[in-house]
Amino acid sequence: MFAPGKGIRRGRARPGLLSPRLRAASLTVPLIAFIAVTFIAPLGSLLTRSVYDAEVAEILPGTMAVLADWDGTGTPSEATYATTAMELLRARDERTLGRAATRINRIQSGLRSVVVKTPRRLGRDVGTEPPDTGTWREALVGIDDAWGETSTWRAIREAGQPFTARHFLNAVDLETRPDGSIGAMPETRRIYVGLYLRTLWVSLGVTALCLVIGYPIAHAIAHAGARWSTTLLMLVLVPFWTSLLVRTTAWIVLLQNQGVVNDILVALGIVPDDARIAMIYNMTGTFVAMTHVLLPFMVLPLYSVMRSIPARHMDAAASLGATPVQAFRRVYWPQTLPGVGAGSLLVFILAIGYYITPALVGGQSGQLISNMIAYHMQTSLNWGLAAALAAILLLAVIGLYVLYDRVVGIDRMRLG
Amino acid sequence: MNFVHRSVPNAIALATLSIAGVFAAAAESITVVSWGGSYARSCVEGYHKAFTAETGIEIKLEDYNGGLAEVRAQVDAGAVHWDVVDVELADGVRGCDEGLFKVFDPGTLPAGADGSTAADDYYPGAITECGANTLYYSTVYAYNAEKISGEKPTTMQDFFDLERFPGRRGMRRSPVVNLEFALMGDGVPVEEVYALLDTEAGIERAFAKLDTIKDQVVWWEAGAQPPQMLADGEVIMSTAYNGRIFNAQVLEEQPFVIVWDGQVLDTGFLAILEGAPNPAGAQRFVEFAARPASMAGVARYISYSPTRRSAEALITTHAETGVEMRSHMPNTPENAQRALQNDWQWWSDNRDDMNIRFAAWLAR
Repeated sequence: MFAPGKGIRRGRARPGLLSPRLRAASLTVPLIAFIAVTFIAPLGSLLTRSVYDAEVAEILPGTMAVLADWDGTGTPSEATYATTAMELLRARDERTLGRAATRINRIQSGLRSVVVKTPRRLGRDVGTEPPDTGTWREALVGIDDAWGETSTWRAIREAGQPFTARHFLNAVDLETRPDGSIGAMPETRRIYVGLYLRTLWVSLGVTALCLVIGYPIAHAIAHAGARWSTTLLMLVLVPFWTSLLVRTTAWIVLLQNQGVVNDILVALGIVPDDARIAMIYNMTGTFVAMTHVLLPFMVLPLYSVMRSIPARHMDAAASLGATPVQAFRRVYWPQTLPGVGAGSLLVFILAIGYYITPALVGGQSGQLISNMIAYHMQTSLNWGLAAALAAILLLAVIGLYVLYDRVVGIDRMRLG
Repeated sequence: MNFVHRSVPNAIALATLSIAGVFAAAAESITVVSWGGSYARSCVEGYHKAFTAETGIEIKLEDYNGGLAEVRAQVDAGAVHWDVVDVELADGVRGCDEGLFKVFDPGTLPAGADGSTAADDYYPGAITECGANTLYYSTVYAYNAEKISGEKPTTMQDFFDLERFPGRRGMRRSPVVNLEFALMGDGVPVEEVYALLDTEAGIERAFAKLDTIKDQVVWWEAGAQPPQMLADGEVIMSTAYNGRIFNAQVLEEQPFVIVWDGQVLDTGFLAILEGAPNPAGAQRFVEFAARPASMAGVARYISYSPTRRSAEALITTHAETGVEMRSHMPNTPENAQRALQNDWQWWSDNRDDMNIRFAAWLAR
C-alpha cells in the first residue's frame, strides 16, 4: 500500500505524468486490449450479425427502393420489374448475385435458382429496353413463373431489410406470416426449441453423472497416501491428455453391438446372442462418452478443494459422537461445496457446447444445438442464424450463471 | 576501406538476388486443398507428381472437410492463401455465383486422348464455367456377404425391405442422397426422382419411406465409418462412397458387395479461388488435372471414374494390387444401368430447407 497523500502530491508536482494508481492500471492495458480484440469484438460482431445484414440491400438498392412503395398484394409495377432486371444483370457482372440469391432463398426455398438463372437467360447484351418488345414483366415471368407470384416479391423485400428479427424468431421455431403476425413454424420444420431442451437436459445429466462418479474419485485421490495419490492422479490425467476422437472411438469399440462389453456379456451367458444390449448410437452412448470425456474437469477442482480439508475435522466430528454419515453430511460435504460448484459449472458449460462426441456416438439422438450452429457456420453459411442460435445459448449460460450466483454465490466457487 | 567499398554493392546485389530468389520460389508453388485420406493420395500418385515433374511447380497439399466457409472467410478478408480447392459440385457452382471462385474458360480444357475436342469428349453436363469436373464418384449401398446368408439384396427396393432382409442399416446423417434413395426404393424411376422432389407430396413420400426403416438405421457422419460398421457386423448393409468400399474390398480383402442399383453419381470439381496467390499456376494445374491421362492416373488408385470418354479408354489396373479397375467404376455400363445423376441445381435451391426438415424428422 502506498501513502495516498504522498502519491497525490507527487502527481500534482509533475503534471502530465500519470498518477501511480493510473500508472498501475495502465499495466493492465495490454490485457484489456487483448480481451477486447479476442473476446469482446468477436462477440459484438456475432451479436450484430444476428440482427443486421445489409448485403441484399446493398446489392439491389433500386429494387428495395421501389418495393418500399409496393402494397404487398398482387405483383409490383412494371417499373419494379425493369429496375430489378437491370440490377440483376449488374449484380451478375459484379459477381455479387449469388450472395443476394442465397439470402433470398433462405426466405423462400427455390428462389436461388430463379434469381441466378434470370440474368443468365436475359443474356449478355441487354439494353434498358425489354427483349422482344414486350414488357419486363413478361420477360421475367417468361423465364420463370415465380416472378409472377406475390410471395417471390415479398421474399425479396423481406431479404432486403437490413435489420431483422427473423434469425431470432427462426432460432425459437417462429416465423413471420405474410399478414405480419408471428406464429409457430410448420411442424416439419420445428427443430431448435427441442434441440435447446435436449442440450440442456443432456448437459445437466452429464454434470450430475460426473459429480456422482467424480466425487468418490477425487476423495480417494485427496486422502490416499502420497504414492497412491500420484498414481491415481495420473490415471485421471492421462485420458485428459488423450485426443477426444481417440477416446470417443474407443467407446464405440467397447460398446457397440459386436463390441467388447456385449461379447463378454454373451460369453458369460448374461445376455443371449440375439438380444445384445444397444449401448451406443443412442442416448446411453452420448451420456457414457461425454461423462468420460468431461470427468477430469470435475475431478480436478474437487481434488484441489478436498486436499485442503484437514483430516482432523472428520476425527473431531467422530470424537464428538457423529456417525460417519453425519460427519460427512455436516462437516465434510459443506467444505467441498466450492469445488462441487466449480466442477459442475465447468462441466456444464463445456457440455453445452459439445457436438462431435454426441454426433459420433449418439445415433438418432446425437444432434444437439451446437451441431446446428456448426452447420449454419460451415455449410449453409447462414451466419446470421448461427449467431442468433449462439446468442440464445450464451444467454442461457449467463442466466444459469446468475441463478447459480444467487443460489450458491459465485465467490464461494474455488478452482483450487 | 577498399574492402567495404567493394562489399557493399556486392551485399546489395546478393540481397536483391536472394529476394528475387524468394519470389521466384514462391511463384513456383501452388496450394491445393483437397479431402485428404485415400482420395488425396490417389491424386498425388495419379497426377500431382507428374504435374510437378512437367512444370516445376511445387504443390502444397492441404486437407479440409468440404464446405465454403473457409473459402468465403479467405476471400472476404482479402487474405487468400489457397489456390485450387476440390469441392462438391453444388458448392462449386454456388461459390462461383457468389464470386468466391474465378470464372473458368472451358476453352482451356485440353483435348481428348483420341484428338476429339473437349466439348465432344466430356460427358453431358460435365463442362461448366466455374471449374473443371475431374471425376465421378458415387454413393451406393453395400453389404457384408458373410453376414447375409441366403438371398442377397440386389436392388434399391431391397435396402428398404425389412421383411426379406432384417437387420440394421447404415445411412449418412444428411438428407442429401437419402431422399433420392428413398424414392427409388419406393419404386420411383430414376428420371422422375427430382421432378417428384419438386413437389411437397414427393418430399413427404420420401420421408415416409425413410420412416419405415428409421428405427433400424445407424447414422454415420464420416466416410470411413460405413466400411467399419460393415466389418464389425454393426449393420448388415450401409450406404457408402463407392471408393471407400472398393478400398476395403481390394486392400483389406473384406467380403463386401456393392449394389449399384439406384446409385447416385456426383462429380468431383476443381475451382480456382478469386484472388489466388498464383492464378497462372493454378490454371495450369486445373488444365493438367483435366487431361485424360491425369484422370486415368487417379483411376489407378481409387475407383472414381473420369468425366471424359477418351480417359475411360485409358483405365487399366489398380497400381498396388493389379485388380482390373473397370468393373469397379461407378459409370461403367453394367454398373450404371439404374444410376441417378445428383441434381446440384435442386440441392443448391433446397439444401438448407431439407436439412432443417431432416433434422426435425430425425428428432421426432
